[in-house]
Amino acid sequence: MLRVRVIPCLDVKDGRVVKGVRFVDLVDAGDPVAAAKAYDAAGADELCFLDIRASHENRGTLLDIVGRTADACFMPLTVGGGVRTVEDVVILLASGADKVLINTAAHTDRGLVRRAAEKVGSQAVVVNIDGTRVSAEPARWEVFSHVGHRAIGIDAVAYAREVVSLGAGELLVTSKDRDGTGAGYDIALTRAIADAVTVPVIASGGAGTLDHLVAGVRDGHASAVLAASIFHFGRFSIAEAKAALKAASLPVRETGG
Amino acid sequence: MTESVAIVDYGSGNLRSAAKAFERAASDRGLNERVLVTADPDAVLRADRVVLPGVGAFADCMRGLLAVKGMRAALDEAVRKRGRPFLGICVGMQLMAERGVEFGTHKGLGWIEGEVRAIEPINGLKVPHMGWNDVTIRAGEKLFDGLPTGTPMYFVHSYNFYPARQDDVAASADYGGAVTAALRRGNMAGTQFHPEKSQAAGLRLIGNFLDWRP
Repeated sequence: MLRVRVIPCLDVKDGRVVKGVRFVDLVDAGDPVAAAKAYDAAGADELCFLDIRASHENRGTLLDIVGRTADACFMPLTVGGGVRTVEDVVILLASGADKVLINTAAHTDRGLVRRAAEKVGSQAVVVNIDGTRVSAEPARWEVFSHVGHRAIGIDAVAYAREVVSLGAGELLVTSKDRDGTGAGYDIALTRAIADAVTVPVIASGGAGTLDHLVAGVRDGHASAVLAASIFHFGRFSIAEAKAALKAASLPVRETGG
Repeated sequence: MTESVAIVDYGSGNLRSAAKAFERAASDRGLNERVLVTADPDAVLRADRVVLPGVGAFADCMRGLLAVKGMRAALDEAVRKRGRPFLGICVGMQLMAERGVEFGTHKGLGWIEGEVRAIEPINGLKVPHMGWNDVTIRAGEKLFDGLPTGTPMYFVHSYNFYPARQDDVAASADYGGAVTAALRRGNMAGTQFHPEKSQAAGLRLIGNFLDWRP
């Protein structure tokens, strides 16, 4: 049976993990490669690096981190942040990423998803959809853009269908309203998109408890759950997350970690 | 004597990850195996073992492989005639098929009878088949030595190899029906999952391949 994936996400800025990773005694809590190795040992099912201040000047730093992580961690690695061209996708994959996240660039250039999928295959193209609720009843969400920091008038569910039709192999669905709050995923958003598309969906944005992870899969119909701070600061371990999912009768991969 | 393994570079697959995983698996075993990523058919012919990676679409990969002058002949010679241990990974396994069906029919290497077809996203089945899934392993498969049946491996694919002969199936997974997880006939083997991305279990399989004397 296919297992639910538990994916820690490392936000990276200027080559450092934002706020650090403190669930184990790392000599350097801000070293992304050391953090990746710790999660590898802890039994994470995949890893995600998000370069939150992607710029051309520090691209080399990100590629170096990706390469050194891939050399040491034999697990799937997804990398995003500042991906604007097919060339960006190709370079990240060549550096050691297995999947690349496309976000803002696809808002204005949907063709990027299609061109990337044609070049490297759908399995390596993940589209990150930041959704923000614009109406409570009936529930409706729009795609949120970091450029201008606002909703951009595109229905999030329709956008999800469109990028999948263009070749996205997986969707990372992030609630902008919940991100960083610890109040739980926006389950209705996750489910609305997961039920609308044929590709796997990763729930993201707002996980604060183990119950939130369970709800993301059981109620949100996600195939995987992504979280950052609840793991980084040691509130919960990867093993505890898997135990909670398992207790809810969801299949997980149990590891020694 | 130092043995060598050639990972065929034809523009497809995460070659860096694959090479590092083979190096790690070799050192874990105490083997002094030389790992070579190469697009040179002569280097493939000289190698003791051959690995064919591959991601993306069947037709693209086959086209890419044929575009490397002399590579197909070198593979046929090394694997079919000289019987060198061979491991295809993901689309690299699928290329052993007679044909792939995807926007028309495309010829594969034709080493193992059968065809590669899409997994249909019916009854809510998500495609690609992405993530860790347990593999049911046929007893006595050397490549799976030390790996109990039911071990999860990392998959990411939208197409499945449907072999004509069940005898060729070394391991299978369940995803809306049987998925071919691994094939083996004589010295030819392939995995649909990615051993180079399957952490300790994957490294173990790679180590087994490096030790394999079919």
